Amino acid sequence: SSQVHNLQELRRSASLATKVFIQRDYSDGTICQFQTKFPPELDSRIERQLFEETVKTLNGFYAEAEKIGGSSYLEGCLACATAYFIFLCMETHYEKVLKKISRYIQEQNEKIFAPRGLLLTDPVERGMRVIEISIYEDRCSSGSSSSGSSSGSGSSGGGGGAGAR
Amino acid sequence: MSVMVVRKKVTRKWEKLPGRNTFCCDGRVMMARQKGIFYLTLFLILGTCTLFFAFECRYLAVQLSPAIPVFAAMLFLFSMATLLRTSFSDPGVIPRALPDEAAFIEMEIEATNGAVPQGQRPPPRIKNFQINNQIVKLKYCYTCKIFRPPRASHCSICDNCVERFDHHCPWVGNCVGKRNYRYFYLFILSLSLLTIYVFAFNIVYVALKSLKIGFLETLKETPGTFLEVLICFFTLWSVVGLTGFHTFLVALNQTTNEDIKGSWTGKNRVQNPYSHGNIVKNCCEVLCGPLPPSVLDRRGILPLEESGSRPPSTQETSSSLLPQSPAPTEHSNSNEMPEDTSTPEEMPPPEPPEPPQEATEAEK
Repeated sequence: SSQVHNLQELRRSASLATKVFIQRDYSDGTICQFQTKFPPELDSRIERQLFEETVKTLNGFYAEAEKIGGSSYLEGCLACATAYFIFLCMETHYEKVLKKISRYIQEQNEKIFAPRGLLLTDPVERGMRVIEISIYEDRCSSGSSSSGSSSGSGSSGGGGGAGAR
Repeated sequence: MSVMVVRKKVTRKWEKLPGRNTFCCDGRVMMARQKGIFYLTLFLILGTCTLFFAFECRYLAVQLSPAIPVFAAMLFLFSMATLLRTSFSDPGVIPRALPDEAAFIEMEIEATNGAVPQGQRPPPRIKNFQINNQIVKLKYCYTCKIFRPPRASHCSICDNCVERFDHHCPWVGNCVGKRNYRYFYLFILSLSLLTIYVFAFNIVYVALKSLKIGFLETLKETPGTFLEVLICFFTLWSVVGLTGFHTFLVALNQTTNEDIKGSWTGKNRVQNPYSHGNIVKNCCEVLCGPLPPSVLDRRGILPLEESGSRPPSTQETSSSLLPQSPAPTEHSNSNEMPEDTSTPEEMPPPEPPEPPQEATEAEK
C-alpha cells in the first residue's frame, strides 16, 4: 500500500524515537550560527549533504539578519531619531528575516525532512540555542527512508516525497 | 462538523515563565521584581521637570527665548521614552532549556568528562571555543541548564541568563543586556543633557531674577528652584559620570560585567575579540546595529487542556509534538514575537489542521 509521508501522516502514525540538538557555533563571535557537523544519529536517515545544505542556508539567513552595514545603521538611526516609536508600526529587518527562516524551515520539513521521518524545529522556538531535530520511528514501512533519494540534492521540486511501494 | 469556539481566559506563556520577573499589560511589559527605585527615578525626573516647566520656563520663555522650554520638552520626552523602553523591554533573556535539550547536553558532558559519583559536586562545566583566534570558555549554567553563549551572564536578581549581560540596574528596574543596552545608553545620555540643561537654566533664572529683585526674594518666590538645583547637582555627578563610563565601554565594545571582572585586561588575559579595533565601528555596532527580537514569546498561548475549545490566533508548528506539552491537541505557539504590536501576527497555516479541529479562526 502506498504511504504518503507528509507532516500530518507523520504525526498520526509515527512515534518519537529521539531528538538531536544541533548546537551553536561560536567560532565567528556571538552571531547566530549553527554547527554543520553531521550528527551520527542522522546517519541512516538523511544524506549528509542535504543536512549540511539546510544548516548552511539557515546560517546564511541568520548572517543576513545580523549583518552590520549601511541599511542596518540607517534603520538604527531612524529609529533613534523617532525615539523608537517607529517600531510600533514598522517591522525590523531582523524580524523580516526570521519570517523568511520560518517559511524556509516549513518548506524543508515538507519536502525533505518529513519524508525521511524527521522534523526540524525553528531555533527561534528554542531561544536560538539549538536546531532541534525530532527523529520519528517509521512504523509504517521499514527502510523507506531511502525513498527520498528521488528528490535529489536540495532541489525545490520533488513534492512531498512518496514512499510508494 | 462544527466546533464551538469557547471564549475563555487563555493562559499566555508569560504566566508560566521561570525567573523572577514581573509582567504587565498581559505580557507586553517585562521588569524586575523590585521596582521601588524605578518609581523613585520616575518621580525625580517628572517632579524636577514639572517644577522647571511650571516656574522657570515661564519666566525664561518671556525674558530670553521661547526655544528654551521647547528644547527642554524634547529632551524630557526623549529621556522618558528611552527610560520606559529600557525598563519595559526584554533585555535579551535566554529561555531555559527544555527537558529534552537539558538531558542531551548532560549526556554530552558525561561523555566528555565521565560520570560523577553520586553525592559529589560535579566539577564546573566549561567548553572551550575559539573566537577570532582566541580561546573563549563557555560556562554551563546550572539554573538554566544551558551552556551560556559568550558574553552572556546569569543575573541572580532576575534569575535569568541574559545575552551580552551588562548589569542589573535598579534605577531602571530591569537588567541591561543585548536588547536594551542602546536604550539605556541613550537614556543616561539624554538624562545628562537634560540635567545640565535644567541646572544651567536654573542658574540663569536665579541670576536674572536676582538682578531685578534680589537673591532672597527670588528664593522666596520660587522655592522650587533650590530643590531643582539640589537634585540636578547630585544627579550631575552620578549620571554624567556614568554616561562617560558607558561611552568608554561602547567605544571599546565591552560590557560593565566584563570590565568589572577584568575579562580583557591584564597581562595574562586575551584581548577583547569583539572589538572591531575602531571606535566609530564599535559605536555604530552597539548603538545602531541590528536589534534581535525577543525569543521569550511572552504573549504566546499555552496549550489548553480541553480539546473542544480553540485557542485564538495560532499557527501550527512542529513544536506541538513535543512530549512535554500537556494537551494532545494539535496546537502551538505563535511564531511572531513582536514587542510593540498588541496581538501576535498570524501567519497562514501551512497545512490544514487535523479533523478533530476545524479551520483556524483568526481572533484578533
